[in-house]
Amino acid sequence: MPKRSIAQFAVDYTQYLAPDGRALGPLPSFAEDAANLIPLYRSMVLTRAFDAKAIALQRTGRLGTFASSLGQEAVGIGAASAMLADDVLVPSFRDQAAQLWRGVSPLELLLYWGGDERGSDFAGPREDFPIAVPVASHAPHAAGAALAFKLRRERRAVLCILGDGATSKGDFYEALNLAGAWHLPLVILINNNQWAISVPRSAQSAAETLAQKAIAAGVPGEQLDGNDVLAVRERVAAALARAREGGGASLVEAVTYRLDDHTTADDARRYRDDAEVSRHWENDPVARLRAHLVARGVWSRAEEENVLAETAAEVDKAAEAYLATAPQPVEAMFDYLFAKLPPATLAEREEAVAEGKRRG
Amino acid sequence: MAERTLVEAINLALARAMAEDSRVVILGEDVGRDGGVFRVTEGLLGRFGGERVLDTPLAEAAIAGVSVGLAAQGFRPVAEIQFMGFAYSTIDQLLNHASRLRTRTRGRLSCPMVLRTPCGGGIHAPEHHSESGEACFTNIPGLRVVVPSSPRRAYGLLLAAIRDPDPVVFLEPTRIYRALREEVADSGEAMPLDRTFTLREGRDVTLVGWGAVTLDLLTAAERLAADGIEAEVLDVATLVPLDAERILASVEKTGRCVICHEAPLSAGFGAEIAARLAGPGLYSLLAPVERVAGYDTVMPLPRLERSYLPSVERILAGARRALSHA
Repeated sequence: MPKRSIAQFAVDYTQYLAPDGRALGPLPSFAEDAANLIPLYRSMVLTRAFDAKAIALQRTGRLGTFASSLGQEAVGIGAASAMLADDVLVPSFRDQAAQLWRGVSPLELLLYWGGDERGSDFAGPREDFPIAVPVASHAPHAAGAALAFKLRRERRAVLCILGDGATSKGDFYEALNLAGAWHLPLVILINNNQWAISVPRSAQSAAETLAQKAIAAGVPGEQLDGNDVLAVRERVAAALARAREGGGASLVEAVTYRLDDHTTADDARRYRDDAEVSRHWENDPVARLRAHLVARGVWSRAEEENVLAETAAEVDKAAEAYLATAPQPVEAMFDYLFAKLPPATLAEREEAVAEGKRRG
Repeated sequence: MAERTLVEAINLALARAMAEDSRVVILGEDVGRDGGVFRVTEGLLGRFGGERVLDTPLAEAAIAGVSVGLAAQGFRPVAEIQFMGFAYSTIDQLLNHASRLRTRTRGRLSCPMVLRTPCGGGIHAPEHHSESGEACFTNIPGLRVVVPSSPRRAYGLLLAAIRDPDPVVFLEPTRIYRALREEVADSGEAMPLDRTFTLREGRDVTLVGWGAVTLDLLTAAERLAADGIEAEVLDVATLVPLDAERILASVEKTGRCVICHEAPLSAGFGAEIAARLAGPGLYSLLAPVERVAGYDTVMPLPRLERSYLPSVERILAGARRALSHA
């Protein structure tokens, strides 16, 4: 027999809830008490309210370009809720859901997207990384932080989130490969929302799944329904727990859909049909969890109205605080360049301050 | 006191930094068992173990990016990139991340890392192994760029770079890795990272450069001295932040300046020094600023590299042009 098979691989897929909220089988233990799911639901609603507010601010000239996470709320909330407080999040630019769950405030997020670096000096998760705008180049940072945990023998893990487009980049593979070779406590979560600006998932890679990219790196890879917050939470929690216990890195692909434009600077109608988007609205993760909670008798119309009002008030308050925040002084652009500013740059700082005063 | 090569001095500084600070870790390709392709990290794996000296997969962007993550978590990574030609894929990490992590987070996170890489020509190395890419790094705000030119300065500057709370690119001229020996005491004393060093004093013309060409500048100064011309030789050493004051003070005295570097002429770092001389230094100048540099060509393969690199003869010609103005 000149040829024989020497390795076999499979990619698992996990889904607990049907799009109508119905349980497809036994639920993970954290979901046995339906009350445990209410904070997840509330945070998904908060994320949606935040995105809507951010877009409204942008459309009225009061916020910079913004990347909505509409339709992907379950990815961020499910994943972040699977983390422990002292784990570290290394987010991409569409991860406000995870950041909000981790304790980054809506005000801080608005400051960042409004063009103020103080938005990345969050008071909450102090060791979490700032949003990474360049695609996939943050994946090696996550591997580095995971290496730090391993070297210090800390039972902590790193969660890095990136998009489907990011998996085409070398940085993604370099980080995953290294984390595999070194058994680092790292979980890379792919938010596969089907579109990298105008390039659809089918044109991004011939790979049948993105999860299978883990196979080449020698780490576990799996796919799940990214619109099912139970699946995201349960599978990411398992991967993080394995990482903390020395079981090494893994890759999780959450299959979801970007219901909104890429950013406020994009017009998705240039490259995809409204009909496609409408179809995906039937798979809305927020509606799915709400239907599930209603079916289990823990969610009423009054509670729904209450949570909508609360989250709207929370983002309104954040928007007011954001709009009332004065810009940083001119010298702020110099004051964090180095721990101590070199004398040569000190002269530039003085010039900029004087110019700032002159302009008033 | 022991006489050491530049390679040995760097090894000594690495060992010193690792012994005094457990946060210092070395990572790169072949830095462990092999001791690095130039043997700079020789013996460190045996002395400090596999958790302090890490042989990485062959992935330069990851080496730099993992260093960013380690540094943000409180380590002091010293990353080695095997050759200059392989360092360009780290620029994304240095420019978009390492150099601005402190700024982006308003000081919440910082990036105290060193990225070491050999640089320069003159050792008949293969393609992509002989470039001088310092100008690719000097236009990145938030990044220090250091090029040592002697074993003693390599020791002191590398210690300073590792102890610095911000990212430093440390470029090691391969031509002088083993070309000279110097007494280097393992004193643990760092040298300042913002200083141009005066290698020779003179009042007639200033010869300024960094890295391997400083040896050529010193040779040129000897030859000029035979003709009764006293050249002052400056080693910039730290390109960013630039100690322009020292250069301006020298040219105020001499009125003439020859800037020398191996990198291509146009938009090389010498242009920045020339601009400083044309600005605050203008009224000191008695002659046009001369630049002697690599040509604006692709770095040739070894059989032509001697014709590419600035030679003592070209430096002398530059100096004589500067001196020809009354």
